[in-house]
Formats: sequence, C-alpha cells, structure tokens
Amino acid sequence: MTLDLAIAIIITLVGASTPILLAALGELVVEKSGVLNLGVEGMMLIGAVITVAVVLVTGNHWLAILCAALAAAAAALIFGFLTLSLSANQVATGLALTILGTGFSALFGQPYTGKAVPLLRSPFPPELAADPVWRVIFGYSPLVYFSLIMVVVIWWFLKKTRAGLILRAVGENDLSAHSIGYPVIGVRYLAVAFGGAMAGIAGSCFPLILTPQWVERLTTGRGWIALALVVFAVWRPFRLLGGAYLFGLVMTLEVYAKAAGGGFRVLPSELWAALPYLATILVLVLISMRRGGSSSAPACLGKPFLPTS
Amino acid sequence: MLYATPVAAVLITMVLGALIFTLLGFDGLGAVREIFFTPLTNPYKWQDLAVKASPLVIIAVGLAVSYRANVWNIGAEGQYIVGAVAGTGVALLTYDMTGPWILPLMLLAGIAGGMAYAAIPAFLRTQFKVNEILTTLMLTYVSVQLLNYLVFGPWKSPTSMGQPQTVLFSADQSLPYVIPGTIVQLGTPIAILVAVLVWFVMSRSVFGFQVRVVGASPAAARYGGFSANRTVWLALLVSGGLAGLAGILEAAGPFGRLVPQFPTNYGFTAIIVAFLGRLNPLGVLLAGIVLAITFVGGEVAQTTIALPFAAVGIFQAMMLFLLLAGDVLVRYRIRRVANEPARASA
Repeated sequence: MTLDLAIAIIITLVGASTPILLAALGELVVEKSGVLNLGVEGMMLIGAVITVAVVLVTGNHWLAILCAALAAAAAALIFGFLTLSLSANQVATGLALTILGTGFSALFGQPYTGKAVPLLRSPFPPELAADPVWRVIFGYSPLVYFSLIMVVVIWWFLKKTRAGLILRAVGENDLSAHSIGYPVIGVRYLAVAFGGAMAGIAGSCFPLILTPQWVERLTTGRGWIALALVVFAVWRPFRLLGGAYLFGLVMTLEVYAKAAGGGFRVLPSELWAALPYLATILVLVLISMRRGGSSSAPACLGKPFLPTS
Repeated sequence: MLYATPVAAVLITMVLGALIFTLLGFDGLGAVREIFFTPLTNPYKWQDLAVKASPLVIIAVGLAVSYRANVWNIGAEGQYIVGAVAGTGVALLTYDMTGPWILPLMLLAGIAGGMAYAAIPAFLRTQFKVNEILTTLMLTYVSVQLLNYLVFGPWKSPTSMGQPQTVLFSADQSLPYVIPGTIVQLGTPIAILVAVLVWFVMSRSVFGFQVRVVGASPAAARYGGFSANRTVWLALLVSGGLAGLAGILEAAGPFGRLVPQFPTNYGFTAIIVAFLGRLNPLGVLLAGIVLAITFVGGEVAQTTIALPFAAVGIFQAMMLFLLLAGDVLVRYRIRRVANEPARASA
C-alpha cells in the first residue's frame, strides 16, 4: 500500500467517523442522564437538511451549523416534552421523532435536492496541508477538530465537574437525586436538548464534509450506528472515540472496495456495506459476554421518572 | 377512554396538520381533505386502500404481539425483506414447474424466512442479553444489502437487459385476484384472517395471556412460571414470521418480482399502525386502514394540489406523537388510583 493511499484512507476514515462520533457523544450525555432517545437518526436528518438550506441561502457555514444545532435541539425538546413531562414510552417516542425527522427533511429538502453545497474546509492555511503527511494533521474540516475537543470536554464534564456528577446521579438513581433536591426533569431536559444539538451538528457533517449536496435520507442509518456506538463504548467518551474511528475504518474500506477493485473485489461490495452493521451486532454480543450479562448502563436508562410525592 | 385516544389523535392531527401546512405555505385544508377524506369518498380508491393496508396490517399485528410482550422488534422491515427473498428463492427454483402447490410453498418459505431472520435477535437476546432494538434494526440494513446483492448478482434476470431485477413470477407463483375487475389480491383476505386469528389467540388463549403478563409485569410472570425467554422467542418468531409473510405477499402480489426498490418502509410504518391500533389485532386492522388512507391520500395530494409526498410522513409522525401524549394522560389517571397502597409502602 502506498503512502498516498494510506493518507487518503485516513482522511476518508476521519471524515466518515466524525458524524457518528458527534451524535454518539450527544447521546452518551442523554443516556447518562437516564433517557434513551432513539430519534438520533431523525435529528441528524433535520440538522443535515437545515445545514444545506442555510448554506445555500446565506453561504455562511457557521450560521448553518448553528441553525442545524438549534433545529435538532428543538426537535429533541418535542421528544423531551412527551417523555419527561408526559412520561410517554421513550422507545416509541424516539421512533416517532425519527419518522418526523425523515418526513420533515424530505419535505423541507425538496427544493435543495442535488444542488452543490460548498464544503467546509480546513481552518488552517493551505500551505500547512500541502504536504500529504501534514494533511493528516491539518487537512480536516473544523467539525472534525470540534468533535475531538468535545470528546475531552464531555469526559471532563462528566468526570470532573459538579454538574456532571449531578447528571450522572440523575441517571443512576432518579428518586435519590430528587430527594436530595436536584431537578431531575430539568437536568434531563438539558441533556436531551444537548443531545439534539450534537445530533444536529452531526447532521451538518454530511453536506459539509461527506457528500456536498442534499438527497433524501442522506444520513443512511448512521444515527443508529451512533446509538450502537454508545453501548459499544460502555458509556465512556474516550472509548467512543476509538469505536467511532473503528466504524469509520470499516465504512472507508467499503468505499475503497467499490472504487479500487483488485484485492477488495474478492468480496461483493454489498458485504462491505453490511459490515458496519454486522460489526455493531458482534460488538454488542462481545460486550455482554464480557460483562457476564450485567450491563454498565445507567440504572435509570429508559425509565420514566415518576416522583411519588 | 382507551379507544378514544387514537380517534382524538387522528382528529387533532388533521386540525394541527392543516394549520402547520398552511403556515408552511401549502394548501393546508386541501392537504387534510385530500390525504384523509378523498381516499374514502372516491370508490375508485378503495382497492388501493386494500392493497396498501394489507401488508401494514399483517406486519403490525405481529408487532402488536411483540410489543405487548415488551419485546421491541423494530426491524420488521428486514424480516419483511428476508421473507420476500426466501419466497422468491422458492419461486426461482420452481420456475419451470406448474401446479397449485407452488404459491403456498412460497408463502411458507416467506414465513420461515422472516422467522429465521427474527430468530437471530431472539437468540442474541435470550443467550447474551443483547438488546433487540439495536440488533433488529442493524439486521434491517444488512437485509437491504442482501437484497441488492441478489438482484444485482446471482438472481438478476438474464432477459432484463442489465436491469437489476429477478424474472417476473409465473401465473402459478403470483397471487390470484379475489375481486374481479380490481387490483385486490389474496393478500387482503389473508390480512383480515391474520388479524382476527391473532386477536382470538391473544385474548382467548393461555399463550396470549402469557405474552400479556410477561409484558405487563415480568415479576408476576416469573411467579406464574412463565418463561421470559420463551416469550421473547415467541414474540420475535410471530412478528418476524408475519413480516416475512407480508414480504412474500408483496413480492408475489403487487411487485411480481424482486427489485432493488422492494423495501418501501412498510416495516417501519407498521410500528405506527401497531401503536395506533392499541396493540390490539382488531384495532390494528382499523389503524392499518387509517395509515393506508394517508398513503393513498398522499398520492392524490401530490397530483391534485402538488403537495410533496414527504408530507405524509409528517402527518404520520404527528399522529404517533399525539397518540403517545394522549395515551399518557389516560394511563396516568388510572395508575394514580391503582398505585395508592404501593406508594405508602415506598
């Protein structure tokens, strides 16, 4: 394998990993607070379509990302209202959110379908990324660096701050947290909104890094991969980083299997396309085998909070 | 009250939908009229309703059983595809043969295919405690690739001029029409039969009781000697088998062959149908018709008032949101009284 190919693979890999990493980081915080939001895919689609629309209308990438985050967070708050204020079933509500996001993005994206979106390129001066080796460090979209910073920020928040401790307490034992006087529902609302914003930014990655245009269902199930990734990472931010890049590698291999031929042609391209999903299942099995069945999931995950007094 | 919520959800969806789509710059009232009423008032559309509702009802009845047992099979779309693939496999093997036994064999293969595909998450859940939400969904994406591989590769028809599709099924491999002069095929009576049969089993048999107890209270089920693992298996096999049946009925019916466009999200829409039908097979029958109305109406609105078809998804999601919200208001009241003694002890 030549150096150029290796570098090209690394750059594709990092690009493919970034949206699932961002969405998974958001979902990690949501799940740590005890809420399971299956609407990641829908929120990502909302983020993606809003990004395309704002970039095409205003030409401003940063405004587009901000709008994507806000729109997806607003969608997440619908989920929050139903599951937190009305204690609706989180699984069903999350699915409804995905259906809503799919429908909304298809409707809203129609006028923008197929129009070229300018990519969001590296923030560093192009001289730094001219050399192929340095491109591995300086050649990425700002969203990539943002995702890496967020890994550290979320780790620090959950482990080192008082607010992070409260969030974890709410996720592990909502009744105790409530009896000490922490606002369980309020904390969960914030977590859900944050998860939505992160999913929205993850959606921005699709038009701004990966495929510079809008097509229906642009995110092709990556939101579900992100959900699986949170389990894969046993709810830890740094493992999430490793896991996301592992998934990115598998997805990149698929791209190169289609393009390169040669040795990759031994297996049909459909098998490569199925690999990330098969890998997720395998990882889920391995985790539960290693843990002997007991999970390290937040204890209150997916359960509605019903204070008794 | 329990059955008033879905009706209210549909009605409020109409009002809110009209409002939202007017605000979005569409003809909101027209959208609601075309999507919810035209398919009912125009008798020519009734056959379309039957065609659309049949697969939704068959899949959603299975999902209703599964969700009752608290088993979250959200990969019915995948089981639907694999069912169609399995049935098509039989069709391709028997292509040069004739006889009335071929179609029933295809349907059985479809059921078996869906069951086998749902057996994977059942095995993983009972053996390794792997969450079935994620596995059923991941397998859906895998099944799409399987379908693509087959129709682009080994199953591609030699006479298709390069088009990725299988051969057209023969007369003995296709569903017969049950009402002359319409497009209503055998799938429709099968859907009604499935709904009634499963309703009977769920409400009148020990199996149905077991599923409901395991779903409502796992602890009580354990005391009662009902095996949770066995219920997981049954829930997934029933929902997978029915999704597979729906798959081969679509392949041997409206499609007449396998094509890459075969997955039409019936498996996901059926989730809404199951909830709208209150996880009751007879309710599902009605809910399936409601969802079919929105699909057929969406197509009408596309041509008459140029409303994008994606609007249908928004109406459907709104219905499910409102149903879930309304549901909670109903259940909360019931639970407050019932939990009074438990509260004192806690």
